[in-house]
Amino acid sequence: MAQIKLSNLRHSYMPAPKGPEDYALKEIDVTWRDGGAYALLGPSGCGKSTLLNIISGLLTPSEGRILFDDQDVTALPPDQRNIAQVFQFPVIYDTMTVGENLAFPLKNRGVDAATIKRRVDEIAEMLDVTDMLGTKASGLSPDNKQKISMGRGLVRDDVNAVMFDEPLTVIDPHLKWKLRSKLKELHQRVQATMIYVTHDQTEALTFADEVVVMQDGEVVQIGTPVELFERPQHTFVGHFIGSPGMNVLPCEAKGDRAIFEGHEVMLEGPTHGDGGRTDLGIRPEYVGFGETGIPAQVTKVSDIGRHFVVSAMVGNTPLKAVVEHNAPNPGSHVFLKFKPEHSRVYRDGWIVTEERTQ
Amino acid sequence: MRTENQKAWFFVLPVLALVAFNALVPMMTVVNYSVQETFGNNQFFWEGLGWFEQILRSDRFQAALGRQFLFTFLILLIEVPLGIIVALSMPRKGFWVPVCLVLMALPMLIPWNVVGSMWNIFTLPKIGLLGYFLNDVLGINYDMTQQPLSAWITVVVMDVWHWTSLVVLLCYAGLVSIPDAYYQAAKIDGASPWSVFRYIQLPKMKTVLTIAILLRFMDSFNIYTEPFVLTGGGPGNSTTLLSIDLVKIALGQFDLGPAAAMSLIYFAITLLVSWLFYTLMTKDDAE
Repeated sequence: MAQIKLSNLRHSYMPAPKGPEDYALKEIDVTWRDGGAYALLGPSGCGKSTLLNIISGLLTPSEGRILFDDQDVTALPPDQRNIAQVFQFPVIYDTMTVGENLAFPLKNRGVDAATIKRRVDEIAEMLDVTDMLGTKASGLSPDNKQKISMGRGLVRDDVNAVMFDEPLTVIDPHLKWKLRSKLKELHQRVQATMIYVTHDQTEALTFADEVVVMQDGEVVQIGTPVELFERPQHTFVGHFIGSPGMNVLPCEAKGDRAIFEGHEVMLEGPTHGDGGRTDLGIRPEYVGFGETGIPAQVTKVSDIGRHFVVSAMVGNTPLKAVVEHNAPNPGSHVFLKFKPEHSRVYRDGWIVTEERTQ
Repeated sequence: MRTENQKAWFFVLPVLALVAFNALVPMMTVVNYSVQETFGNNQFFWEGLGWFEQILRSDRFQAALGRQFLFTFLILLIEVPLGIIVALSMPRKGFWVPVCLVLMALPMLIPWNVVGSMWNIFTLPKIGLLGYFLNDVLGINYDMTQQPLSAWITVVVMDVWHWTSLVVLLCYAGLVSIPDAYYQAAKIDGASPWSVFRYIQLPKMKTVLTIAILLRFMDSFNIYTEPFVLTGGGPGNSTTLLSIDLVKIALGQFDLGPAAAMSLIYFAITLLVSWLFYTLMTKDDAE
């Protein structure tokens, strides 16, 4: 187990990168606490798998250092970093039995037979695969295969971190949920640092204590699921997390107010800086209806079971609102109310309103 | 209730007719010859299993069969491991991939009798490049037209040159289908290069390797053209493989009865050994 520190990490797949656009990873500086559960969240191609491969040692970064508990491991090969990685597609050794698969990493390190047996039995019990130990691994279902590849990582008791690279991609939906809770349970039992890469916000938010949101090779925000939802630091985070995502509405900023389509909107606090493109960001959950407020016309109402998603037009700007009940009819004219404590202004994507402190 | 419908048989008929004309009828003709004696004039005399007995008991057949098995054994022993090694050392991506693939495919594109002539001219002691080099530059006494051992080495090397590519290409196809994640997982698991080969590459190559071994067995067991053109079965009878001997009996001596019996025995052996190979190599999958 170890604390993982990424220091000024940059990576380019090109031999001679010139501008920042040549970098798959731009300046990453993160510290991950020992024993924490972290998620790397971002759309495909944002650099999260690159980052994962750098941590596991499959890739050497162009610049920067990786430290495990203050030990520089940047130059170490994967097998000496004591990390475990679970891949998108389950990797199992077809010709071996489940038990031999689990024992493989220990055998390669010359561990004695008795210890191997003890560890394999322990892990098998943890993963509920004890009754499969003697069967050939090639015939297993994808979710069991994925469990075995996970087990191969956990079987070593000296693992610094376990990394997951979109491990649920090939798993059937109804088993995804089961495997995810198994993961969570394992994390509580083995207390290893776990890093989980995904583009699925539900997976990230349910698994991790802290989520790292990435876009275009940059870390946009690091925070707990609640922080990411309540106070996105960037319009990308607001839009990427939540369903539907945060409304991003072009506006003008004036002190602690924003002018949106000619209407004045109270903000959580005063804005700072000037110039650039300004947007008003508010989550659909915090847009309500009232007797007075910003006039809008409802264009569509979707009933998604637990609540309604109302699409409306304010002037020429579309936005969405989420209400539990009493959804207005499509075509009707309504008045919208934005909750001030959740209304923020973003300049060129980044938040510029000051947090309200009461 | 299930409705029974016999119409499907009509769709099978054309295939049946085709197979009958290109395989069954010729084959039955051979069977017909194998149990009769003829002196021409379309006169036939019943011979029973006499020809089969005569062939199986003859020293000539046994010697040819022995040479045939030795030849096939050597071919498999050399071409399969060599093919795997070459496939493993070929690049998986980049500029050199197509270059390597074309180089590998080249020997297989050359017509068989051309291969035989090429190697004949190449290895002739005085005028061939190799023959001259071995004899007059390195001072090795080499003459495949006179020495049985030289002839054997030449025939085997020629076949290795001609057909190892098939094993290489099939194995290579198996290798490139292995996702990168397998190699990465193996790295993380601390697997040695041998373990990577034994537990990842070899199992993934197994299917194509089975096909490669089967093809190489059948082709080398039935080989005719190349050794015939290269050595003509000589010197003496030293490189007279089964097929060469068969042609000598059938077309040289015009002993149709014994030749037919020998063909059937030859066919049965090929079939039996192929079946054995296949059953043994796919045994694990059935479990």
